[in-house]
Amino acid sequence: MSGSDFVRSLPTHESPTRQRVANLPFDPILLTLLLTVMSFGLIVLYSAADQQTSAVVNQALRLGLGLVLMLALAQLPPRLYLRWTPLGYAAGVVLLVLVLWVGVTVKGSQRWLEIPGLIRFQPSELMKLAVPLMVAWYFHDRALPPKLSDVFVALGLIAVPALLIIQQPDLGTGLLVAAAGIIVVLLAGLPWRYLAVALGSACALAPLAWFYALQDYQKRRIRTLFDPESDPLGAGWNIRQSTTAIGSGGLDGKGLFQGTQSHLDFLPESRTDFIIAVIGEELGFGGVLLLLLLYLVIVARCVHTATLARESFERLICGALTFTFFVYVFVNVAMVSGMLPVVGVPLPLISYGGTSAITLLIGFGLIMSVYLSVHGNRRW
Amino acid sequence: MAREQLKDRSQELSLFRTRAWLAFAVSLVLSGVLLARYFELQIVEHETYRTRSEDNRIQIQALPPTRGLIFDRRGVPLAENRAIYELSLVPEHIDDLDALLTELSLLVELDADIVDDYERNKKNRRRPFDGVTLKSMLSEREVALLAVNRHRLPGVAVNSTMVRRYPFGELFAHALGSVRRINEQDEKRLDRTLYAGTRFVGKRGAEKFYESSLLGEPGYQQVEIDAHGRIRKVLDVEPARVGQNITLQLDSRLQIAASAALGDRRGAVVAIDPNSGGILALVSQPGYDPNLFVTGISQDRYRGLADSRDTPLFNRAVNGQYAPGSTFKPVVGLAGVSQGAITWDEIVEDNGFFQLPGQERVYRDWSWTRNNAGGQGKVDLTRAIYRSSNIYFYDLATRMDPFSIASFARQFGLGSRTAIDVADASAGLVPDPTWKRGAKGEIWYPGDSVNYGIGQGDLLVTPLQLATMTAIIARRGQPVQPRLLLASDEPLEEFRPAPSPAPILGPSADDWERMVDAMEAVVHRNVRGYRQNGTAWAYIGRDISYRMAGKSGTAQVVEIRQGEEYNEEELDEYRRKHAWFVAFAPADKPLLALAVLVENGGGGSSVAAPVAREIMDAYLLPQLASLGRAP
Repeated sequence: MSGSDFVRSLPTHESPTRQRVANLPFDPILLTLLLTVMSFGLIVLYSAADQQTSAVVNQALRLGLGLVLMLALAQLPPRLYLRWTPLGYAAGVVLLVLVLWVGVTVKGSQRWLEIPGLIRFQPSELMKLAVPLMVAWYFHDRALPPKLSDVFVALGLIAVPALLIIQQPDLGTGLLVAAAGIIVVLLAGLPWRYLAVALGSACALAPLAWFYALQDYQKRRIRTLFDPESDPLGAGWNIRQSTTAIGSGGLDGKGLFQGTQSHLDFLPESRTDFIIAVIGEELGFGGVLLLLLLYLVIVARCVHTATLARESFERLICGALTFTFFVYVFVNVAMVSGMLPVVGVPLPLISYGGTSAITLLIGFGLIMSVYLSVHGNRRW
Repeated sequence: MAREQLKDRSQELSLFRTRAWLAFAVSLVLSGVLLARYFELQIVEHETYRTRSEDNRIQIQALPPTRGLIFDRRGVPLAENRAIYELSLVPEHIDDLDALLTELSLLVELDADIVDDYERNKKNRRRPFDGVTLKSMLSEREVALLAVNRHRLPGVAVNSTMVRRYPFGELFAHALGSVRRINEQDEKRLDRTLYAGTRFVGKRGAEKFYESSLLGEPGYQQVEIDAHGRIRKVLDVEPARVGQNITLQLDSRLQIAASAALGDRRGAVVAIDPNSGGILALVSQPGYDPNLFVTGISQDRYRGLADSRDTPLFNRAVNGQYAPGSTFKPVVGLAGVSQGAITWDEIVEDNGFFQLPGQERVYRDWSWTRNNAGGQGKVDLTRAIYRSSNIYFYDLATRMDPFSIASFARQFGLGSRTAIDVADASAGLVPDPTWKRGAKGEIWYPGDSVNYGIGQGDLLVTPLQLATMTAIIARRGQPVQPRLLLASDEPLEEFRPAPSPAPILGPSADDWERMVDAMEAVVHRNVRGYRQNGTAWAYIGRDISYRMAGKSGTAQVVEIRQGEEYNEEELDEYRRKHAWFVAFAPADKPLLALAVLVENGGGGSSVAAPVAREIMDAYLLPQLASLGRAP
């Protein structure tokens, strides 16, 4: 802690305006970027929802709630999160086990916990945050780069919830949760040789997974990826229609509200997971490029914050949440354009739906918390 | 906190920074991959996907033309169109057919065999997501019920279409034919463009003959549809060209009268206006309700019609080929006098039987009785007609060259199709030695000539041909081409009359008049004495108020038609002779010529002549009355 005191005592040469900005209880640049993406998202959603205001209002309310949570959580110091992480992680694992016993089945998989009439939520969503935090917690007071034994412990911490989620079955979320944990391991400085060995064995095990681990519907989605025409009215339909939507948008798109694929219902899930196809169709390559650039700037901003953090826990959670965010972007954008199998990953901050947006904004709350401790402008 | 001592904070920080910016670099690369993919879709292959998107959204739909209407000569509609509502199912949207049918049966009356028909229709070639008709002719109540419940009946569609309606039902079934649903064979034959969106095609009768004019031309509309196939927007319309309205020569009142005159007997009536050749009535009984074929006829019902011994689907008037019997005698007589084989005054002794020189076989007159007391006595041509002497015509025919009888008869349209616009009319058969050698591989025996003289043997005519022959006699040898068409909005391409044939060669004006007189005598001659009256006088001539020329005939039925069972009870009826009567009136200025056939009816004069009289009365009496009133 002495280092931070040292930085704080340095004389500042900043102008009064900059000082005022620096004293704000949030990261103004990140907040601006997030608001920009969310506004963009609401406009696209307005189009995707056939210009019904109700969907937009709903979504705006959820995003508003998420923003409030984000700003509130930003005010708590990272050490508080450090303290509560093991408990949160343990609670999450218990809930995941509970899901196996008393979960509510929706569309063939048990993902939901329900307290009737009160709340219904997916513990797997909680684990998207809890797993990277837990791995960061494990590494926070250990020497980095991690020793092999530490890596195995971390992988164990990742594997337990990930496998429980895959068990539901929800392969997509399970892999994303695992990815969030692995990102922490990578950022913590996993020696490259371990990484090489891991990748090698993963490739070797992939065929085994195909024959023993994957469910039929999962295999079908993967097959469809390589040959969308094999089932043009079934699993291939979504991809065929989304690539048609995107491709027909061209350079500058058909114009907002003018997308025929989305408005004539050819494009399935156009408000939720496939909303990037609406952007591609109506705003064209330019729209997609703009959105990806915005996402990259957000990532860059958060990486910047992470590199300034003084505690390894702060760095690791900040970096992990940032790149997890990017992984969601990548998986969604790649899946809709037919590069990855269809898994249920919404487009961050754009897709209609509350759960994902709130989880993401909580994550950004933690990043802002790190930001505030970096810049020392927390009020207490 | 002990472990923390081991940490090298600055090294950890730089390690993290390296890793973080490296990860960011990886993110940039991955974003580049995404952009490359979107660049490929949106820029490189833009055209492909643009086309695919347009194909998704834009559909060209055919707008079927409205079929032209058919009217009778008085403007009474014989075939019209009306809107009906059809219930159809889209198989692609149906998961559980049984459950859906149970649901539907609460709203709509569904026959038991409706599912079979549906399954059969489903197998027919169709585009994906096209509906398959489950029930046509929904009642208004059913349409309303379905509309209310539509949201919970996925895959159920109610469409309104125009279909044919024949207001007279059975009456004009054979004259008009009907439209029927286009089946698989039709699809191979029909022009797809022309029939796009049309589900019916004219079969038989005028509906068939004038098919292309009645059909019209389909239009097209370009529509924007959504993924559920619903039309969202009409982008462009090329309207259909409606079919031609057609007015036929048919006279619905005369048709009714003719049908009523036949009653429930099997038979046919063809009535022709001898001045124009217009077919005023064309009746074949029994008939069938052509409306059944429009909305779909059940398999059972169709089999019932097709397999009936009374062959209601068979058009006797144009396809029934029968021996003309004695109705052929005027033709033989005219051939004889005009070719010099006999004169009007030459007498033939009719003792009731005839033998060829050197042959055992005895050919009898219709009046022959067991004790050889029959015969018409001394017979000249006139008497041979009004008494219908077989012996006279046996004698005359054997004197003549069969080729010359045949070629003379053919001038009357026998043995060929002379009607301009009667679909699928049969040609009949006028035999001669060449034909016989070719068809039967036999030479022409004198006995063939004997039969020829009284219209039996291989000679076959249709009621339409006999009516035509009668009209030509009524016109004193001026040929006439029977026709159904009276008028149309525009000239019809199907109506192509052959060049008018030459007047009948041979008979002089006097010959024609004497033959007409002889035929008048058939109806009107009432002279006291044994076998002096015209053959039909007793049946129709006693109270007739105008001059009618006629000739009766009886055609032998030699065999039971193929495929029929031997049935003791019915055998007699179906083996009985066919009764013919041909007539025209008024004899000096004919307004109507007709041929009446009563199948297995027995005597021509006793059975067919009253039918002819009734029809003639119905047509002429009102006209003559109005003529009489006129100054």
